[in-house]
Amino acid sequence: MKEFFSKYIALRKHNMQVAWKKAKRSKNCYLFLLPFAILFAMFYIFPVVASIYFSFTYYNILEPPRFLGFSNYINLILQDDVFLIGLKNTLIIAIVTGPLGYIMSFLFAWLINELPRMVRSVAVIIFYAPSIAGTCYTIFSIFFRGDAYGYVNAFLQNIGVIDTPILWLINPAYMLPICMIVILWMSLGTGFLSFVAGLQGIDGSQYEAGYMDGIKNRWQELWYITLPNMKPMLLFGAVMTITQSFGVCDVTMALCGYPSTDYAARTIVTHLFDYGYSRFEMGYACAIATILFLLMILCNKAIQSLLRRVGT
Amino acid sequence: MSKKKKVEVEKEYKKPMIKRRKPNRSIGGDVLLYIFLILMAYIMAFPIIFAVSNALKPLDELFRFPPRIFAQHPTLDNFSDLFITMGKSWVSFSRYLFNTVFITFVGTAGHLIVASMASFVLAKYEFPGGKGFFKLATTALMFTGWATQIPNYLILNWLGWIDTYWAIIIPAFAAPIGLFLMKQFMEGLPTSLIEAAKIDGASEWRVFSQIVMPNVKPAWMTLIIFSVQRLWNDRAATYIYSEEKKTLVYALNQIGLGGIARTGQQAAVLVVVMIVPIVIFVFSESQILETMASSGLKD
Repeated sequence: MKEFFSKYIALRKHNMQVAWKKAKRSKNCYLFLLPFAILFAMFYIFPVVASIYFSFTYYNILEPPRFLGFSNYINLILQDDVFLIGLKNTLIIAIVTGPLGYIMSFLFAWLINELPRMVRSVAVIIFYAPSIAGTCYTIFSIFFRGDAYGYVNAFLQNIGVIDTPILWLINPAYMLPICMIVILWMSLGTGFLSFVAGLQGIDGSQYEAGYMDGIKNRWQELWYITLPNMKPMLLFGAVMTITQSFGVCDVTMALCGYPSTDYAARTIVTHLFDYGYSRFEMGYACAIATILFLLMILCNKAIQSLLRRVGT
Repeated sequence: MSKKKKVEVEKEYKKPMIKRRKPNRSIGGDVLLYIFLILMAYIMAFPIIFAVSNALKPLDELFRFPPRIFAQHPTLDNFSDLFITMGKSWVSFSRYLFNTVFITFVGTAGHLIVASMASFVLAKYEFPGGKGFFKLATTALMFTGWATQIPNYLILNWLGWIDTYWAIIIPAFAAPIGLFLMKQFMEGLPTSLIEAAKIDGASEWRVFSQIVMPNVKPAWMTLIIFSVQRLWNDRAATYIYSEEKKTLVYALNQIGLGGIARTGQQAAVLVVVMIVPIVIFVFSESQILETMASSGLKD
């Protein structure tokens, strides 16, 4: 055992020396990396660490943080009913809009791939535009307005399905489904672009080889040739989709109000805003942020290991 | 060498207009798929078309019952009203515009330089820690900015940057998506190009600024567009509270909140806010797609 350890240490030492020599030789590389690395550490790495640290304290900016241990997390899970609503809503939204939006992105990218070039660029613009259209999603609050002026109400009344207008955005039963529709409408984002570009880049000779080997229809072609080729893009698109679907807050805040009736449209992020910016309980808000962070990372890792098996 | 690369890229884009039909396609399936696609395109475009037509409606049509979808007598009144309201606000319109342009321009330029420098060495050199750093940056793609907003606020507060433009500009420099896309695109550059320049005695900086950068112009455009989209839509409400430092989008949305009398202007605001990113995208679509082709996440 002792011998093993001394060998191990010697090996490590040697490796470190080699690395150090290499590092010394590539001083310029570090110089190039330095500006980005500093800013990245400051605004992306350090906040995560700070967030984890503050989540164990009581902190309201004015007084120095007071150490609390796990009580923030215990309160979140055992006592904060609103947080549980938010967690539930976020998970529902993520589980419904995440996979659906992802499949939609791929499906549309795949379908428009065979169109002539001009038509394809127009189609890309049409499908991609909603996700970059700024605050255009607030137009849905006109469609789903609660009085008879709302388009959906007017339409349903005209064809005689309902006789009194429905309070779409005030009645908790309808809030989440409507938000999900809007989120789905906006879900063809960066991942969609990546799919479109990736499909264009697949080598045509692979398809020809596939025809020779007896691929019968487009579904076989999709599974055996297209998907394996698209794997890197699929992974990238998954990351973008998951990040987006867990961070939902703009849409629910704009459509259902903040706070919404009975907290029916609360998500983890709006809960975080509530504690961070309205009540200034930074420690508690950081606990929420840490849970959100862990959820996102774990979900990403799980989905990635799943996607690696596609097409094999 | 760079010439050769260019020719290849162009060839990819000059495919014949109508592709040969693939042999394994059924006509019925094609027709069904296209009908489905057209239907979906209509559904996707409808809210945007509606937003535009809403902005063209005169006020009496906006409140007509039963509501009509398309404007019967389109006017530009809403837009001119919007400009009048902007002109009357306490902080002048040009100041808001300057804020937005300044934040967007400086943030984007800095992001482009800082991110390309880092991605150059990450893509083209092997050095200890390089791979690990890139992995870390990819992990940062996996969580939203919302999760780190509160500690970010505290850091900016310690630096004394709250209520200055820098609170938005400097964090935008290090956006990981830019590093990721740029690095993936640079990996497609032939290494021999860089080696040749080195043999001719060029320093690393020179290789970077005169060989690598001119060859990755599509990626520049992509970084610029993503960064502009982010910064243009940044309402900057959390980090900036002086009215004269707020952005145009914030001011416009504020007008929209002015109650029922502003309904027409609100419709115009939606169009003004959304038109800029969409127009930029329309003009740079092919370059963005060229960059996104290398965007895959490899193991």
